[in-house]
Amino acid sequence: MKQYPYTDKKDTRSGFGAGMTELGRTNPDVVTLCADLVGSLKIDTFIQENPDRFFQCGISEANMIGVSAGLAITGKIPFATTFANFGSSRVFDQVRQAVAYSNKNVKIAVSHAGLTLGEDGATHQVLEDLAMMKALPNMTVINPCDYNQTKAATIASAAYEGPVYLRFGRPVIPVFIPEDMPFEIGKAITLNEGTDVSIFATGHLVWEALQACQMLEDEGISAEIINIHTIKPLDTEAILASVQKTGCCVSAEEHQVNGGLGESIAHTLITNYLAPQEFVGVKDTFGESGTPDELMTKYGLKAANIVEAAKKAIARKTK
Amino acid sequence: MNLQEIASQVRRDIVRMVHGVKSGHPGGSLGCTDLLVSLYFKHMDLKTDENGQVVFNMDGNGEDLFFLSNGHISPVLYSVLAHRGYFPPAELATFRKLDSRLQGHPATAEHLPGIRIASGSLGQGLSVAIGTALGKKLNGDSHLVYVLMGDGEQQEGQIWEAATFAPHHKVDNLIAFVDFNGQQIDGPTEKVMNNRDLGAKYEAFGWTVLHMDGNDYNSLDTVLSEAKGLTGQGKPIVVITKTEMGQGVDFMMHTHKWHGTAPNDEQLAKALAQLPETLGDY
Repeated sequence: MKQYPYTDKKDTRSGFGAGMTELGRTNPDVVTLCADLVGSLKIDTFIQENPDRFFQCGISEANMIGVSAGLAITGKIPFATTFANFGSSRVFDQVRQAVAYSNKNVKIAVSHAGLTLGEDGATHQVLEDLAMMKALPNMTVINPCDYNQTKAATIASAAYEGPVYLRFGRPVIPVFIPEDMPFEIGKAITLNEGTDVSIFATGHLVWEALQACQMLEDEGISAEIINIHTIKPLDTEAILASVQKTGCCVSAEEHQVNGGLGESIAHTLITNYLAPQEFVGVKDTFGESGTPDELMTKYGLKAANIVEAAKKAIARKTK
Repeated sequence: MNLQEIASQVRRDIVRMVHGVKSGHPGGSLGCTDLLVSLYFKHMDLKTDENGQVVFNMDGNGEDLFFLSNGHISPVLYSVLAHRGYFPPAELATFRKLDSRLQGHPATAEHLPGIRIASGSLGQGLSVAIGTALGKKLNGDSHLVYVLMGDGEQQEGQIWEAATFAPHHKVDNLIAFVDFNGQQIDGPTEKVMNNRDLGAKYEAFGWTVLHMDGNDYNSLDTVLSEAKGLTGQGKPIVVITKTEMGQGVDFMMHTHKWHGTAPNDEQLAKALAQLPETLGDY
């Protein structure tokens, strides 16, 4: 399989921070808002360099979304930043009416998504945000997989005209996506070509999928690894082309299986090309306190779970 | 034509629009007619072309902006926008009908000139207005932002998030109005959920608070001029605007009954008899 060597481990939120630093220097229309989580969002440098283009909102996320929509009206490109739970479920109605329905150029950029938020527990571990956001017309939903891709996605979000939900996380993970790899919203990235099973992964599950790929190869199974960084609009062309070749697939995400990437893929398959699909995701349950690694293991989001799901999908293929 | 005459036509439009589709919110619309007419026909600095025709740009750069947070009183906004020249008054006949640009609550999806944000789910307009006021400052645009909210709407928590934010960030190019008509769907506001001492609350949050009779053109003119004079002094301004729900139609006044009820044919005739046609019915 294609190798993705890494020399560094970083958190995806730092990729966001680096993207914001660059945008602060290159795009005078970019403004940032935050609801009392500046350190967690890694936007200190942007604020230091552009104090007039940062608005501290305090612990008032609903207001932050409305203020962002207003700034967008006047031609600014606001990035509203907080934890994923508070940028989605807490403010769903504000996002729905003032951003999505009103089609405002607001970027909702959120960290600490999913189980890997860790010890704070289920109150903060949002696993339903992709479902909510992908259900909104006009909303683009992006879930990048490492530091470099998050930085690239941040810069691409600013260049794109329209509402964006950009979701990233807290844990330090390998930086395996080459810095110069092109990033295009809505365009899936094939990380490894294979013939027996397609594995569609997003966010932190992409690195796990690459580990799974190696484990499958060791058992003589050829897996195609596709990085779906954009949940919506979904690259249905890439998905169908891959499944038509391999005949089955696995979806892998740090999200509820209800309403997540997997369901979007299932919708694509059932309306275009029937093939077995297995789902790696959280199975209709809330998380709990623990280390990110403990949680990913307990809730079945590790490479071993992807391997198991891949074998199951392959076994279900009709000859 | 004076403002009262324009207002009379706007009130005719409101009751006819709501009657025409047998739904909508006439009470608050009638109550806020004089405020919106005063703003759009006298106090706001709107962008116009060389012929004096208003020009609509979404970004609103170089002009005053108005936001309607209590979107259910859309009939008054639509009528005022139409007569101010944003779209043909004939289009008022499509209000709330299929394929119309005049949605039940204001929206941007149909690209109706004059509308910059969807409103209807309450409590959001103040935040949006604050955002545009900040944007104007960043753009070096000295124009003002106006926003109208309902008094029942003050029960929404987001209002108080925004009320905290605006003084903290010295948003002093913003004039907010609270339509204080004392009525909401379930009855008098003081019975449903008492917003007691609203002015004192805003003052405690750091706003400059003014009071106005929203159905009296002397009060409107004096207080709106005073409010504009108080901008640029480091504080946002709120005008507690006393209005009478249903103002101008006697049987719709002094009750919450006409918050969201359409008149029947007989009631329409009775209402129109009290409102002289001044600009021609659509």
